[in-house]
Amino acid sequence: MSYSYTAAALTRDDMAEMVASDIPAGSFVNLGIGQPTNVSNYLTADQGVTLHTENGMLGMGPVATGGDIDGDLINAGKIPVTELPGASYFHHADSFAMMRGGHLDVCVLGAFQVSQTGDLANWHTGAPGAIPAVGGAMDLAIGAKSTWVMMGLFTKAGESKLVEALSYPVTGLGCVSRIYTESAIFLIEDGTATVRSTHGISFDELAARLPVGLQRA
Amino acid sequence: MAPRIASNAADAVSGIHDGATVLIGGFGNAGQPMELIDALLACGATDLTVVNNNAGQADAGLALLIKERKIRKVICSFPRQSDSWHFDTAYRAGEIELELVPQGNLAERLRAAGAGIGGFFTPTGYGTLLAEGKETREIDGVGYVLETPIKADVALIKAQTADEFGNLVYRKTARNFGPVMATAAAQTIVQVEQIVPVGGIDPEVVVTPGIYVDTVVQIAGENK
Repeated sequence: MSYSYTAAALTRDDMAEMVASDIPAGSFVNLGIGQPTNVSNYLTADQGVTLHTENGMLGMGPVATGGDIDGDLINAGKIPVTELPGASYFHHADSFAMMRGGHLDVCVLGAFQVSQTGDLANWHTGAPGAIPAVGGAMDLAIGAKSTWVMMGLFTKAGESKLVEALSYPVTGLGCVSRIYTESAIFLIEDGTATVRSTHGISFDELAARLPVGLQRA
Repeated sequence: MAPRIASNAADAVSGIHDGATVLIGGFGNAGQPMELIDALLACGATDLTVVNNNAGQADAGLALLIKERKIRKVICSFPRQSDSWHFDTAYRAGEIELELVPQGNLAERLRAAGAGIGGFFTPTGYGTLLAEGKETREIDGVGYVLETPIKADVALIKAQTADEFGNLVYRKTARNFGPVMATAAAQTIVQVEQIVPVGGIDPEVVVTPGIYVDTVVQIAGENK
């Protein structure tokens, strides 16, 4: 795949659409809470993707509305959802064994930071007084065959969230293989970040703003 | 031996003593045995260690046990939610201990307890703050952390249907921690929507065999 460029930065919907189109047909996929959840809006029936939710279900359907709302049928974000034909239910130990055992093809997560070697930080800011909560983040990060991240590339202060080494607490080491941001898509392999595309910024401008070495695809 | 069929929730939890370790099923409100938790609060048992995925929501169930300071320690994966104010207050006041466990490790530690496993090496959490002080090992180039079982005195869980032998069937994602918790406690107390005669559940669809179940109570009129 060769490097490409668009004049406009990607919107969150653009990012979700791009992630969806990159998921191989027939995959088993877990979408993290927050931005990654939107990816499901762009998966097509032809793709035949099966969604996993950590609280014990494969074949999760869209968010439930009206009379379809059932308190016993929720997703990891505790939002009522629906079941698709062919769905299955299982208990928590099986759900996480499925994850940890490498049976899921793709997991898409949000992040505070990703390092150039694919280390992920997304569970805890480490701020004094913050109450830590981890949920399934650490299991998801290291479990799936491929872990992809969706995030803004820069903090509000303009600092890169793709970093040489994490300053936030680690969720998983060396687990991220792809990062989707509004400004660029990165492929992480063997400690090297390769830029697949840039959006609203040239490769050279991007390279000048980031604290890590970049290859152009 | 067939389980005891309790007459109501208060009767079901009457044997829980101060200082007990109590597993409570549920992921958010799905599968949370609300009436058993309310009965546990009413029975007055205190100084409890509670294992649940969360640390209570709003002003109901587990959150009320925390509010009333019946819980000494919570073992959970995700205490902080928008409506976990009772936990937040107790934690910031230093009045409750928190053991934070990644969700899959929590489930597997319960499974290990029920399966007689003394510990296991898991990749989850390796290299993180939650592995600090724990034994680690590299196996085939992958880093693992030693995790130990969580055994309990009591499990409080919710299922949809029990037969009189205690065989259980759950409903949708309300299954969550129920089946592993049922195996990990000395006494498993289950609230169900209906109790059917022996033979009323197809043996092929039983999720939790009755061997794990000690007490069953029917709580009718569940909302969907």
